[in-house]
Amino acid sequence: MDIQTWTFIIVGLTFALYIGIAIWSRAASTKEFYIAGGGVSPLANGLATAADWMSAASFLGMAGIIAFSGYDGSVYLMGWTGGYVLLALLLAPYLRKFGKFTVPDFIGDRYYSNIARTVAVIAALFVSFTYVAGQMRGVGVVFSRFLDVEVNTGVYIGMAVVLFYAFLGGMKGITYTQVAQYCVLIFAFMVPAIFISIMATGNPIPQIGMGSTGSDGIYLLDKLDGLMTDLGFTAYTDGSKSTRDIFMITAALMLGTAGLPHVIIRFFTVPKVKDARKSAGYALLFIAVLYTTAPAIAVFTRTNLMETVQNTPYNEIPSWFTNWENTGLIAWTDKNGDGKIQYLPGSAIEGKKPLFTEGRGNFGQRLISNVGNTDNELYIDRDITVLANPEIAGLPNWIIALVAAGGLAAALSTAAGLLLVISTSISHDLIKKQFAPDISDKKELLIARLSSLMAVVIAGYFGINPPGFVASVVALAFGLAASSFFPAIVMGIFSKRMNREGAIAGMVAGLGITCYYIARYKLGWIGNPASNTSDHWWWGISPEGFGTIGMLVNFLVAIIISRFYKAPPTEVKALVERIRIPSGAGEAQKH
Amino acid sequence: MQPIDRKKYWQTNLRYVAILLSVWFLVSYGFGILMVDELNAIRLGGFKLGFWFAQQGSIYVFVILIFVYVWLMNRLDKRYNLGE
Repeated sequence: MDIQTWTFIIVGLTFALYIGIAIWSRAASTKEFYIAGGGVSPLANGLATAADWMSAASFLGMAGIIAFSGYDGSVYLMGWTGGYVLLALLLAPYLRKFGKFTVPDFIGDRYYSNIARTVAVIAALFVSFTYVAGQMRGVGVVFSRFLDVEVNTGVYIGMAVVLFYAFLGGMKGITYTQVAQYCVLIFAFMVPAIFISIMATGNPIPQIGMGSTGSDGIYLLDKLDGLMTDLGFTAYTDGSKSTRDIFMITAALMLGTAGLPHVIIRFFTVPKVKDARKSAGYALLFIAVLYTTAPAIAVFTRTNLMETVQNTPYNEIPSWFTNWENTGLIAWTDKNGDGKIQYLPGSAIEGKKPLFTEGRGNFGQRLISNVGNTDNELYIDRDITVLANPEIAGLPNWIIALVAAGGLAAALSTAAGLLLVISTSISHDLIKKQFAPDISDKKELLIARLSSLMAVVIAGYFGINPPGFVASVVALAFGLAASSFFPAIVMGIFSKRMNREGAIAGMVAGLGITCYYIARYKLGWIGNPASNTSDHWWWGISPEGFGTIGMLVNFLVAIIISRFYKAPPTEVKALVERIRIPSGAGEAQKH
Repeated sequence: MQPIDRKKYWQTNLRYVAILLSVWFLVSYGFGILMVDELNAIRLGGFKLGFWFAQQGSIYVFVILIFVYVWLMNRLDKRYNLGE
């Protein structure tokens, strides 16, 4: 059977599974809709959290980013896993004991202030919308590449599926579909990785294969370092970013991870405080399976690529190369006219994407109009690393179809988790808590469903008309989470003295300075564009890493301001005492 | 639970957190970033050690740290009869 038939079958089966789970797990109360009734087992919550966390970017993009940045890619590996240690030790157990539905719930109650709650709601909405637009786009892209439909049609199909289980089941439906989605995505990620590891090193475990020798008896990493330095690239295992910047970016990603509302609310769904701790451990274990495999895939792919293409005549190149060239994700321009591919440092093209023109060159290659003025002749979109791997390794068609289903599972599970945060922020934090506190549970449930419908439509709109700055605002999402939620929650738990005034001032200052820095140096919206270069960064810190500074500013401002105002009222101190002790976290519902 | 017990329970928890977070900092920011060049002089099979910590080792240690915390806290909860 061909790839497309396989893809229809496998994607169709997984979608039927997700919809079946949605019908089985309809929510009957707001408690079920918001936190799955608080009765999810730690293992199931670990699986769901892992799927929630690993987005289309983790599944499709990360191995590619590492393959093309080597050691510098470590910031994502450590940054997107280390945050779970902070979650497990500093946040999850206490927020579970607090026992309400959302992050703004905690901020609002702990700081006895609706202003604090509103600041938290705005930050939660902003972070979640930023993130979800990218996911819907990812769904569309996978559809268009594997099922031969328009990107927009793919987005519509994705919207319909997510809506089905988010609307019916809320958190309960989302949790159990995420469990299924984790299984699909990890299987789809590991099978090609294991095959490729065997082919490259004879060892079936990619994590070990990465440090093994190839058939020539040379360690793979040494060979790759050699191949790269010979051609003038930086060695794979050495970075080109400054140590300080690597440090700051890693910290911003870790702190941001620990402050992302769609991750935090997953820990509200387990029955007990000790389950919250344990499920953070499971979540990181399941995430680590993918995150330790990705750097291995990166090494195999990069080595394979360097060996396959370097100085190879275009008409002897394997067919995967021309297949991806036809989709526009690979481009070759024969600058020195020798008919061979030269892959060297520097960008082969002007601008970000190759602009193809009609017709073919002397060797049958596609022609591009924006040829760059370096000696490098090869443009490769790093996103193809995971998608092209099965083809490069010559794996059967059903595995390629499986990768498509895995990419969709990763994108849909993350989108659903984010949509729930958005709908909960609207129906619970805004309407129930601020405008209409007297509405019945049934009515609130209806509003929650309607806001999830609205959130899907808005997310779909952004998926179809992506704002130009989507890629760069991911930095913003992490920076904002690091500079607002993380300090506010940590101080709320670990300091009884922290009061309303300090917390609000801290959040506003942290958010403000981070927004300013990103608008200034990432988006170029303010300030003189001529000074928008890395030479002008404060202390050499890139916008991606600035969330760390925002976090420090938040802590500092909050601590200073809090001293000038009176300590929190007794009932808030009692609340802090209560969340520090795990007993009696409230009843859970059996599923 | 008596206030004195509450205090002791909380102090012990804070001590566990401080120790585990020091390890967390050491393996990632220490071994993986600040000391990476020095550690890269040491080999672990085909890996340079600093590079291995940055892309593999720190992640394994993170997982272990959380489960150690789970175990320590479950033991502590039992000692103070906080069996939920």
